[in-house]
Parts: sequence; C-alpha cells; structure tokens
Amino acid sequence: MRLTDEERAMLAGEMGEPRRWAISHQIAVGEFFDAADFVPVSQAHIMADTESLGEAGVRFLERLAAAPERERRVRVPTITDPRGIDFAVYRRLGQSEWMAALEQRAITALRAFGVLMTDTCINYQTITPPVRGDHLAYGDTGVVIYSNSVFGARSNFEGGPSALAAGLTGRTPRYGYHLDECWRATKRFRLAETPRDLAEWGAVGGIVGEACGPYWEVPVVEGIDTVPGSDALKHFGTAAASFGSVALFHMPGITAEDMVFTNTAPLPAVTIGRAEIEAFLARFAAPGDKLDVVVFGAPQLSLFEIEAVARALDGRRIHPDTTLLVTTSPEIKHAADRMGLTRRIENAGAVVAAGICFYQSYAREIAEVNHWTRLMTNSVKLVNIIGGYGYRPTLASLERCVDSAVAGRVL
Amino acid sequence: MPILLHCHRGIGPAVIGTALVAADNFSARYDLDRAKGIFSRPSHKLAGENYVDRILVLDQAKGGVATAWMLHEMAARTIVPRALIFNRVNPILAQGAAFADVALVDRFAEGDVTSLFRTGDELRVEPAAGLVEILTRDA
Repeated sequence: MRLTDEERAMLAGEMGEPRRWAISHQIAVGEFFDAADFVPVSQAHIMADTESLGEAGVRFLERLAAAPERERRVRVPTITDPRGIDFAVYRRLGQSEWMAALEQRAITALRAFGVLMTDTCINYQTITPPVRGDHLAYGDTGVVIYSNSVFGARSNFEGGPSALAAGLTGRTPRYGYHLDECWRATKRFRLAETPRDLAEWGAVGGIVGEACGPYWEVPVVEGIDTVPGSDALKHFGTAAASFGSVALFHMPGITAEDMVFTNTAPLPAVTIGRAEIEAFLARFAAPGDKLDVVVFGAPQLSLFEIEAVARALDGRRIHPDTTLLVTTSPEIKHAADRMGLTRRIENAGAVVAAGICFYQSYAREIAEVNHWTRLMTNSVKLVNIIGGYGYRPTLASLERCVDSAVAGRVL
Repeated sequence: MPILLHCHRGIGPAVIGTALVAADNFSARYDLDRAKGIFSRPSHKLAGENYVDRILVLDQAKGGVATAWMLHEMAARTIVPRALIFNRVNPILAQGAAFADVALVDRFAEGDVTSLFRTGDELRVEPAAGLVEILTRDA
C-alpha cells in the first residue's frame, strides 16, 4: 500500500503504540484486499460487546488504553454498537455479576480512547446519519448496509478491532465499498407483493440475502410500489446482511445511488411474491408450542416501533411463564420513558432494556438460567442468529408475537 | 504425490493440519458453540463437528461482525481453528484473522475449495506465498 509520511510515522511507532498497532493491522487487511492506499473516514462505529470480546479482548483494550492520553485518543468521532449488559435490568434477565464486571472494564477502556458510548445499532436513526459520499468505518452489518444503501455513504463491514483502528488512525484501507467499481448491481430481484409488516420486509431481505450470498454481490430490488419507511428498510437491510453478507442494495427511486449504478446490462430477475414470503415465514413456524421468550430487537427498536409495542400491550398482561423483552438505544429509551411508553410496556409485565441487543447479551447463558428454548420475534436477523445459541426461533408479526406472549404459546 | 494449489496472498502464519470441509458458509457468532469447540447451528453441514485445531474449508463468510473479536478470543483459549480456507471471504473474516494471527487464504485459481479439498486431507497452508499443499489424502 502507498503510505503518506504521517502513515509511515504511525507505523514506525512515532505516534504511540495504539496508532502503531492500528495502522499495522489496517495494512495487513488492506494488502489482503489489494487496497492501493488509505481513505480518510469521518466516523467509526465499534462492535465491542463482551460476549464477543471475552477476557482476552478486554485485556487487549485495557493494554492499549494504558498508553498516554495523546497517543490513545481517537482522531474521529467513534461510537459504539449495542453492549451485552444494561446495568438497570441485567439481574432480571438472569445475567451474572461477572458479566457486569467484565462489561464495566470494557466500558472504562473504551472511554479512555475517547469513544462515545452510544451503544446502538440504529445510529443512523438516532445519532448522526451519514451523508452521500461520506467514507466511514462502521461496524454492525445492519448499520453498514443501511448507511451505504439509503444514504449513499461508503463503508465496508468493520469488525471491532478494525473500527477501533480506524478511530485511532482516522482512516481505513481503500477497498470494497470505498470504490465505485464495487457499487454496480450484480443480482436483480422483482417484488411482486408489497410486504405487510416489518417481519415480512425482513423476510424479503432474508430471501434476497440468501440468494446473493457473498459480500461482493449487490442486489437491485425493483417493483416496490410504495416508498418503504425507515423501519422497513432497516429490517430489510439487516436481514439481507444476515442471511447473506450483503453490504449494499439498490431500490430504484428509493435508495441514494440507484440511478448511477443500476443502469447496466439487464440482469435476469428473481421474482419474490406472496408464496415466497409465506414459505420463508413457514420455515420458523411452531404453532401451539409453549413460548418462553419474545424478543423485539436486532435491530434495536425505533421510537415508532416502541410505540407499536406499547399499543399492542395496552390493557393486557403477559403470560407468567413467558418473558417479553424490548431492546432499544439509550436515546430512544429516554424518549420512551419521557413519553410514558416504557411504563405502558412494563405495566404489561415486559422488560425494556437500553443499549443492548439480545444476541449480544450472553444469549446462551441466559437461556440456561431461565430455561428458555422457544423464542419468538419479528426480527429475521434474530431468527437467523439465535439457533446457534440453542434456541428454537419463530418468526411472526409484532402483533402476533404480542398475542402469543399473552397466551404463553405460539399462536 | 503432493498437490499444490494457488490462491491470493493470505494472512497469518504457515501451518500444517487436517482439513474439515463443507459446502456451507461461516460466522463464528451464528455457527459455533465456542465453549465446547463445536459447530452448534443445527442447520449447518458441520453441526456437531469439533473445529478445534482443524483447517476449516468452507465456501463464504457470512453475516455478523463478531467473528473479528471471536477468533482472537478463541485463540486466547486455544480453542480455535488452525487455519481458514474459503472461496472468498468478507472483510470481517480477514480482519479477524489479522487480529488473531490465524492463517487465512481465499481466491483459488484452481476453483471451488469445497471440491478441491476433502475432510481428512493433511494440508500445508502458506499464506505469505499464496499456496496450499495437499500432503496426504486417504484413498
């Protein structure tokens, strides 16, 4: 890779050990992907929950964070993805004191770098949305696919170590979605049926993601007759990124760059209609099963989604053998508290957690403690992930999830 | 007679080990029980298989960013694959391999790695040279 004088100084350790580690890590990744040079970034977003970090990852952060302040401070605004512990509710979820202690150590280390603890995977809805052409080092696949597609920003998937490195150096290797040549549509889909709710938008995303497969495929989805809202695109994108490894999609007339990158030679179209959506949902059907836990999250809920949960629960009581958990960002939780939405949800017996996501919260351990197996959600991303943690997931609309939580069984 | 296969220059140290192969994809978060060292996702073609010290040969990296930390965490507990061979990876797997110093190679000139290699093959992986050698193979 071509390096500037400043980058060579970082590599030589002249700007401290954190920046030396950071740029050497970035060069290893950049050379693997044949990056010619670095591109400056305006923000970094770090996924760093302790279930992923473990003791080894926390020690790594603590070692770098022990450097002098001028050497360890991030150079661009750097924010965090959801964490594994909400200190206000972790005991209610059956999480342990050792988990809370490890989380606190990670938070202390991240703050020492100057990282802003936003603890959210919906920063594009709640913090500072990027703009078209904005080069970023975003973690969380859902954040990347939404930011690239809807806003026209430029980011690869940046895992926690790489996002931290980008924060420390203020740049990232120029490969993948930092290059226009990667933005052209390579797969074409035609939507023959408008999804009815967020779970169905997720199902369409899952179908597209599964059909696309690799990170380097870019779907264009045509035939959308009404503009989907932000939450619909959020569920579509997170599912596509989860069921495949998709980091960018185009929707003609809706997304930021479709006019530039989709007018290539015609691609054969895959049609997605009612039958395909129903078949996708049916993969997770379990009617009549005892229901252990209902989760709304992955991605964290917007204010509008929180309000929909509150409305669905008004005047009702969750079954005593079922737990209902809502996860959202700290900003939305504050708003929900202020507007009385949290109280309405918790009056029904549910838990509203801030700054976490379910699968990043020691999902295997809390399943064992709480004897949870059957999980129900409207999140396609969550049903895709959680099977590996020992759960049996069911996918349904928000309203049917709530009805099932009240009944204590899958309806 | 050893068979030599050519790939893009990779990441991590040269290693020798035994292949565990499947025409399936991979995410540490989605697919592994990292306490037991096995594939835990019921629908994965390697469900129930122990991955510790094996050279994993799979199609694509998928989903989630957590693999970048998780390879490092598994390496610290010596419950990690010895090397990773893929058709083509996403940035997360490359970042994770670089961070954890786990051998990783992809983009093979000879074709689909899930057909080129068989479970049980003894392999030498040389990321810096962009080479993988099949040392021994059961008849």
